[in-house]
Amino acid sequence: MIYLDNAATTLKKPECVKNAVINALCNLGNPSRGAYEPSLAAARIVYSARERLAELIGAENPSRIAFGSNATDALNTAIQGILTAGDHVITTVCEHNSVLRPLYVMEERGVSLTIVGADKKGRISYDELKGSIRENTRAIVLGQASNLTGNTVDLKRVRELIGGRKILLVADAAQSFGSISPKDLTAADIVCFTGHKALMGPMGTGGIYVREGVNIRPLKTGGSGIHSFSKAHPQDMPEALEAGTLNCHGIAGLLVALDFIREVGEEEIYNKEKLLAEAFLQGIYDIKGIKIYGDLSASPRVPVVTLNMEGISSSVLCDMLWTDYKICTRAGAHCAPLMHKTLGTEKSGAVRFSFSYFNTADEVKAAVLALKEIGKSIYD
Amino acid sequence: MIKKHLYCIFTFRKTTDAMAAEKLCIREGIPGRLIPLPTEISAGCGLAWRMSAEESEKYRDFVPNYERAVIMEM
Repeated sequence: MIYLDNAATTLKKPECVKNAVINALCNLGNPSRGAYEPSLAAARIVYSARERLAELIGAENPSRIAFGSNATDALNTAIQGILTAGDHVITTVCEHNSVLRPLYVMEERGVSLTIVGADKKGRISYDELKGSIRENTRAIVLGQASNLTGNTVDLKRVRELIGGRKILLVADAAQSFGSISPKDLTAADIVCFTGHKALMGPMGTGGIYVREGVNIRPLKTGGSGIHSFSKAHPQDMPEALEAGTLNCHGIAGLLVALDFIREVGEEEIYNKEKLLAEAFLQGIYDIKGIKIYGDLSASPRVPVVTLNMEGISSSVLCDMLWTDYKICTRAGAHCAPLMHKTLGTEKSGAVRFSFSYFNTADEVKAAVLALKEIGKSIYD
Repeated sequence: MIKKHLYCIFTFRKTTDAMAAEKLCIREGIPGRLIPLPTEISAGCGLAWRMSAEESEKYRDFVPNYERAVIMEM
């Protein structure tokens, strides 16, 4: 089997992740609920994971990282927690439903929404973004990388166009965190991330970074292990955004995955994934009838290549890749409806190939060969 | 009868502060350990750093992020 659906989740994790989760299942108590060793061991792991994530993002204070279940969880927390009726918010057509749907919910609650367009290559216009800012604009919410085209947004440039205005920049880093340099994320006030994609941790891990001085109304309240006699949920980060028991078993896996990333080096990981995606592109660009989406010449990009082949539907192509070649890809709409409309793939959908650090050049060659054979079978 | 000693109890606002304090104290060789917050003391976090009252005279200023330092017998 060749797994090329890493933008959905990285199937192959560093070996240490599995061991850390098993170890956590066997040995960890509930963090911050006791001063006995299993509870303290869990709390230490959670704290170390906060430290590593803060370090990766470039944040000074680990307390500004709160854990949740995934990027969608974090985006709902951010979007519903910073906007109120009468506010204006800006997003783009490139976004995943994890951004769009919470924004539509807020629209129903009296928030006005502007959706900035993109060109046929899926590139947003920074001028249009700037021109959309109003006096009551409270936030700009956008993905650092598109899950469909692999294009990235320059968050520093977005920060610059915000200038001195009191507008929060909320970054959806689901596809980018762990793939491209996370240093740009410091331009954002709020970063929503998942642990199970490029960070190579277990599913059910993720979280939110909130810049010092930014307050978010919590979506959930409940047990926190602190201030038990207070009627109100704690307001200090990270407990403010963490109600109930954390997924400590998953966080234990995420922590060692973060250690692995640090050991290998973010740059090394990015370069390898980039080379794999580029080799794939080079191998397929001249296949007859192939249509590849996105701004392929831009840099940085995340290692995602999305395409269609004339004469075969995306769902059939995806299924043939699996049944005939045991290659895992994703077909369909990829939860990005407005991006598909912009690319003209609303009806056809598209097939997405996404690479990870653990893919190999041979796997890329096999995928290229498979597409060539399928292409040949259509036209011969 | 359980023999009592005089300790300095450092309280914290939240668990993250307690964990950061433990990490630094261990790294810097500051004596003590995390204990459940004594019921006589009120604080946000259920964890507290305990060291002997005698040692606290030397190390008190090196414990980070603490909310209060309380001398008590326990």
